[in-house]
Amino acid sequence: MENVQQKMVNLKINGIAVTVPEGTTILQAARKAHIEIPTLCYLKDVSCVGSCRMCVVEATGARGLVAACVYPVAEGMEVRTNTEKCRRSRKLTLELILSKHKKKCLSCERNHNCELQKLSLGYYVDEDRFKGEDFVLPIDMSTPYVVRDNDKCINCMRCVAACRKQSVNAIGPIGRGFHVHIGSAFDRPLVDSPCVGCGQCIVACPVGALSERTTTGDVWAALSDPSKKVVFFTAPSIRATLGEAFDMPVGTNVEGKMVAAIRRLGPDAVFNMDVTADLTIMEEASELINRIKTGKPLPMFTSCCPGWIKFVEQTYPEMIPHLSTCKSPQQMFGALLKSYWCEKNGIDPKNLYVVSIIPCTAKKYECTREEMKDDVDAALTTRELARMIKTAGIKFAELPDEEFDNPFALASGGGAIFGATGGVMEAALRAAAHMLDGSFEVLDFFSVRGAEPIKEATYLVAGHPIKVAVASGLSNARKIVEQVKSGEKKYDFIEIMACPGGCVNGGGQPTLSDSVRNSTELKEARAKALYTSDATNKLRRSSDSPVMNVIYDDYFGFPNSAKAHKLLHTSYKADKKV
Amino acid sequence: MSEKKSTFHGTAAQKAELQAVIEESKHIPGSLVHVLQRAQGIYGYLPIEVQTIIAEGMGVSLSEVYGVATFYSQFSLTPKGKHRISVCLGTACYVKGSDKILEAVEKELGIKCGECTEDGLFSIDSCRCVGACGLAPVMMIDDEVYGKLEPGKVKAIIAKYREA
Repeated sequence: MENVQQKMVNLKINGIAVTVPEGTTILQAARKAHIEIPTLCYLKDVSCVGSCRMCVVEATGARGLVAACVYPVAEGMEVRTNTEKCRRSRKLTLELILSKHKKKCLSCERNHNCELQKLSLGYYVDEDRFKGEDFVLPIDMSTPYVVRDNDKCINCMRCVAACRKQSVNAIGPIGRGFHVHIGSAFDRPLVDSPCVGCGQCIVACPVGALSERTTTGDVWAALSDPSKKVVFFTAPSIRATLGEAFDMPVGTNVEGKMVAAIRRLGPDAVFNMDVTADLTIMEEASELINRIKTGKPLPMFTSCCPGWIKFVEQTYPEMIPHLSTCKSPQQMFGALLKSYWCEKNGIDPKNLYVVSIIPCTAKKYECTREEMKDDVDAALTTRELARMIKTAGIKFAELPDEEFDNPFALASGGGAIFGATGGVMEAALRAAAHMLDGSFEVLDFFSVRGAEPIKEATYLVAGHPIKVAVASGLSNARKIVEQVKSGEKKYDFIEIMACPGGCVNGGGQPTLSDSVRNSTELKEARAKALYTSDATNKLRRSSDSPVMNVIYDDYFGFPNSAKAHKLLHTSYKADKKV
Repeated sequence: MSEKKSTFHGTAAQKAELQAVIEESKHIPGSLVHVLQRAQGIYGYLPIEVQTIIAEGMGVSLSEVYGVATFYSQFSLTPKGKHRISVCLGTACYVKGSDKILEAVEKELGIKCGECTEDGLFSIDSCRCVGACGLAPVMMIDDEVYGKLEPGKVKAIIAKYREA
C-alpha cells in the first residue's frame, strides 16, 4: 500500500485554494484552509455519520446542501461554507433540536461548555420557535458513576458510537421517530446493562445529557466537619489535564498549582497517588515473578483499571484467574491511609475521610465495591475537582507551585506514567527485571510506549524471554483476550486500560470543546506531559523509591506478604451480562 | 416500552428452531432483521428471553437487538392473541371513521391498541392500508378482511371468534 502514490485533489473553499489527498472530507479540507465548519454529531476518532445536518455546506456538483463531515472532496470542487442558505439551514436545525431540549442551562453541568449552546448563540436562534411534544423521560441514576438525563439529549449518537468503539454496546437508540431515545436494552436501568463505567460516553456528549454522578457535596460537607480529618490524593494523569479546565494548553503539567489549589480547599493533607502506583508495581511485579516461578496462570493481566475489571467479570469471567489480585493504586492508597497512616498518627480510621482525584468514572464504582468499600470515601473526577476550585474562588493560573505532603510525596517516574497506555507495563518491567536480575539496568522500554491501540514486545530478563502486550480501549482488550483464549498468542504479562490511550483520555477528564478535540491529538499531548515528568525524575524505578523502603520496612515486611495480601490485594467475581 | 413480568413460555422445540436460524444467519452481515422476523414467526413476539437468545447467538449486544426490534413497527415485544385484530388507520379508512372502529374494538375487548386480552384470545393493532380502500373502513382479523364497517357491527364480528 505504501508504494501507491496518493492522488491529490485541488479544490476551493470559500475561494481559498487547497490541495488534499483524495478521499478527504470537506470538513477535513476546510481545516487546511483555516475554516471551521460547525458540527454536532461528528467527533474525531469517535463518530462520523452525517446525521445532525449542522455541517451542511454548498458544493458544486452536489444537489442541495451536503454534510461536510462525510462528503468527499472532488477535483475542481468549489465549496461555500458560510452562505445565507447554509446559515438558515443550520439555524433551523438548531431550532428543531431545541424544540425538545430541556433548556435548564443555568444549572446545567455543561453551561458555558455546551456545543449546542455555543452554536445557538452563533446562529441567533429562537429557542422557543417550535414547541415539541411534551414528554418527560426518567433520569437514570442507577449507577454510582453516571447520570443520564435524556430530556437534554439531542440524539447525536456520539455516546452510542463511543460505547460501540469500546465494544461494550451497553446503550443504543430505542424506538423510532420523535420518540427515539438512548438507553439500555428493554429500557432497563444502566446498572443492569453491560456498562463498565469507563465514561467515554460522558466525554463524547456535546451537551449535558451525560455527566458523572457527582459527590462534591459530600466532600464539601467533610471539609467543613471539624471531627473529620480529610486527605486528598491525586492520580498520575490529573497533573496533565487539570490545566485544561482553566484554559491552559493541552499537555500542560500543572502538578504544583494542582497541589496548591487542593491545599486551599482546606484538607489536612494532599498526597501523591504516584506513591501507590509505585506500591502497585512492587506488589504486581512480585506477583508476576511468583506466577512465572510457580507455574500459576499466565498471562497475568494488570488490574489497576476498574473498567477493565468490570469488563472481565461481565464478559470474560473465565479469565478471572488471570487477573492480578493487586488492588488499584486508588484502593491501595485508601487501605494504606486507613491502616498504616492512621496507626502512625493515632487517628481513628472512622474519622478519616479519604478523597481521591481520578480521571475516571469507573473508579467511582470501584470504591463502592463490597470487597473494599471502606478504603476510599469519595472519588472525584478531574472535572469535579476543577468545579470545586472554581467554586472556592481560587485563581488557578495565579497559584504558586507547591509540593505534596510527606510521607506520600516522593514517587518514581514509573508511578507518573501509570496514567498513559503502556505506562504500567513499563513501570512493572523496570521493577520486575531488576528484581529478577539485579544487574538489569534498562529503564526505557520504548516498544510499549505510544498511543497505538495494541503493542507487543519481548524482553530478555535473567535469561528468560518475557513476552508482553499492551492494549488500550476495550475493543482492543477484547481482541487480545480472544487471541489468548484461542491460543493464537502467548504472553506472560498484559497491560489493559479500558479507555483508548489510557487514563489521560479517561471518562473523568475535562470535556474540551469540539473545536479543540477535532484538531488535537489529545491522548498524545496529555501523555507527553507524563513521560516528560518521568524523564526528568531522578527516580525512575518504583523499587528504588525510599518511600517504598519505609512502607515495607515499617509495615508490610515485603511485597506479597500476608499483611500486604490482606490490605493491598482483592478478589473478583463473575457477573455475566449481555 | 418497559420490561414486564415475564409471561414467556418458550418450548425446547421453538428454541432449537430459532438456534438453527441463528446458525445459518450469524455470518451474514445485516441479517439481524431477518433473524428477528423468523423469531417472531416462531414465538409470535419478541420478549427479552427471545432477544437474549438472539444476542448471544449472533454475538451482538442485547441493546443492539432491542434497538432494531423497536425501530421496525412489524416487530412486537408483547404477546399476540390467538386472533389478531388489525384496524386500518390509513388515509382512506381514517377519513371514513376507522378511529371510531378502533374505539369500538377496544371497548368491546376492554384492552388498548397494542395489547392482548388476559385470556390470550385477542390482540389489537393498527395498520396503515391493507390495499382495500374501496371497502373503507377496514379491519382484519387473522387473514379475514372486514370492510364497510360501522362501530355497531364490531360486537357481532368479534362474537364469531369467541365461539370458534
